[in-house]
Amino acid sequence: MLELKNISKIYNPGTVTEMCLFEDFNLKVRDGEFISVVGSNGSGKTSMLNIICGSIPINGGEVLINGKNINRLKEHKRYEQMGRVYQNPALGTCPDMTILENMSIADNKGKPFGLGFALNKKRYEFYREQLSSLGLGLEDKMNIKLGSLSGGQRQAVALLMATMTPLEFLILDEHTAALDPHTADIIMELTDKVVREKKLTAIMVTHNLRYAVEYGDRLLMMDRGHIILDKSGEEKANATIDDILDIFNRISIECGN
Amino acid sequence: MLDLIISTVTQGFIYALLSFGIYITYKILDFPDLTVDGSFPLGAAVTAVLLLKGVNPYLTLLAAAVVGAIAGFVTGFIHVRLKVRDLLAGIITMTALFSINLQIAGSNLSIERGIDTIFTSPVAMTLLGSATLLVRKLIISLIILIICKVLLDLYFKTKSGYLLKAVGDNSTLVTTLAKDMGRVKIIGLVISNALVALSGAVVCHEQRSFSSTMGTGQMVFGLATVIIGTTIFRNLSFVKGTTAVIVGSVLYKICIQIAINLGLPANLLKLITAVLFLIILVIGNFHKGTVRKNAGA
Repeated sequence: MLELKNISKIYNPGTVTEMCLFEDFNLKVRDGEFISVVGSNGSGKTSMLNIICGSIPINGGEVLINGKNINRLKEHKRYEQMGRVYQNPALGTCPDMTILENMSIADNKGKPFGLGFALNKKRYEFYREQLSSLGLGLEDKMNIKLGSLSGGQRQAVALLMATMTPLEFLILDEHTAALDPHTADIIMELTDKVVREKKLTAIMVTHNLRYAVEYGDRLLMMDRGHIILDKSGEEKANATIDDILDIFNRISIECGN
Repeated sequence: MLDLIISTVTQGFIYALLSFGIYITYKILDFPDLTVDGSFPLGAAVTAVLLLKGVNPYLTLLAAAVVGAIAGFVTGFIHVRLKVRDLLAGIITMTALFSINLQIAGSNLSIERGIDTIFTSPVAMTLLGSATLLVRKLIISLIILIICKVLLDLYFKTKSGYLLKAVGDNSTLVTTLAKDMGRVKIIGLVISNALVALSGAVVCHEQRSFSSTMGTGQMVFGLATVIIGTTIFRNLSFVKGTTAVIVGSVLYKICIQIAINLGLPANLLKLITAVLFLIILVIGNFHKGTVRKNAGA
């Protein structure tokens, strides 16, 4: 179980631009949950993910995994049990390396990166299989550089790479936002498949209300550092886009958007 | 004339070791490492002192590489752990090394004829005794260069080597692979400066001297050779980076030699180097097209 307890986060403390985002923020994520998080810009969605991953420091509170405090665990150490896919498809892959090379380093996550040869011929078939499951024809382009692929293709590979090795948590930071609607649908389908197959605990931030309603088994809406809506189970299953949009519009009006 | 060509190509080979170092930091890690101007003479200083003490000439190369590695580690530590900007971290180490080099060597040193260098040692004489000193220098430099090139090419195929490339390419990914990108950067700087110091050591053997100012401008030289090399072979992806850099280094030395032969005063050499470098950079920029960006890193 992942838990955020009494989190406080202040940006630019002690300056005129001081901004308190979280004050006594709490969230419990049960094992195997697939949470989708929506909210307007600046509501703290991405900050929340960054706090979980240790990408930004917090001013108070605790981040707990299975009851154990990980506040002092460095960012890269936390990724030993987490995978993350970013909004920017370029952040999940190495553009100057080939698909095969990218797959190889992702495959080695969790193991030492020593002086053994990086390319393992025995895994070649496995990579082909994985790539062909994307249905993008990338299995025949293993030796081309990632940088020459389209954003959608890159994001698909990034998703594969992030979930290749055993994980507990998958962090999805608006990972379909930079893609065209059709590609976004493909990536979203794929995400759902991976999360189900690997029984991952996933937190997905999205601006696409339809994805938030259709996928996942819990829905959070955030506004100015607070969770203002938390639906799960039956309630989540029965939620419609219109309901969510309605609440969303109401908070947006309050914000003056 | 032939002698001049041989000695110029030899220079190109020896300095290509330095270019390998810059290739790693500048091209792979995207790290402008000014330590080079200090670690190059550091290698030479250590070599000169050890040679004068009667140490086996080949061992001096190893010793130089080790101290170079330490210099690289210091820069890496300052940048990664003490969070000083990359350029400044290099400048700090470089400045410190200027004094350290003088401490090690005492003053500018020259190595008298009686002392064997890697080019005149018994091993070299038995294998290549029939050749002239000039040819021996060429062959031995080439052997050292090839050994380093093969080792580097092999390293780039290892997991550690892949991680090094990944840090320069997209450091965010390295973090999500649960690896400390700072450590990888330090490893890169260590390897790079070991090569640079090795280059300084071979130069010391070749010139039979150490001078405290011999490092000035070496970083710029290295950058120029890396950019020349990689620009020439830009569209030939099967040419390894290391090969491209060797070609860059030899070409560069030839250009400078031609300039000197045309009557360029030695005092203007650094000015010409700077101008040449600027031209190469500008041409390189024209060909680059897109600027590489590691957003959020």
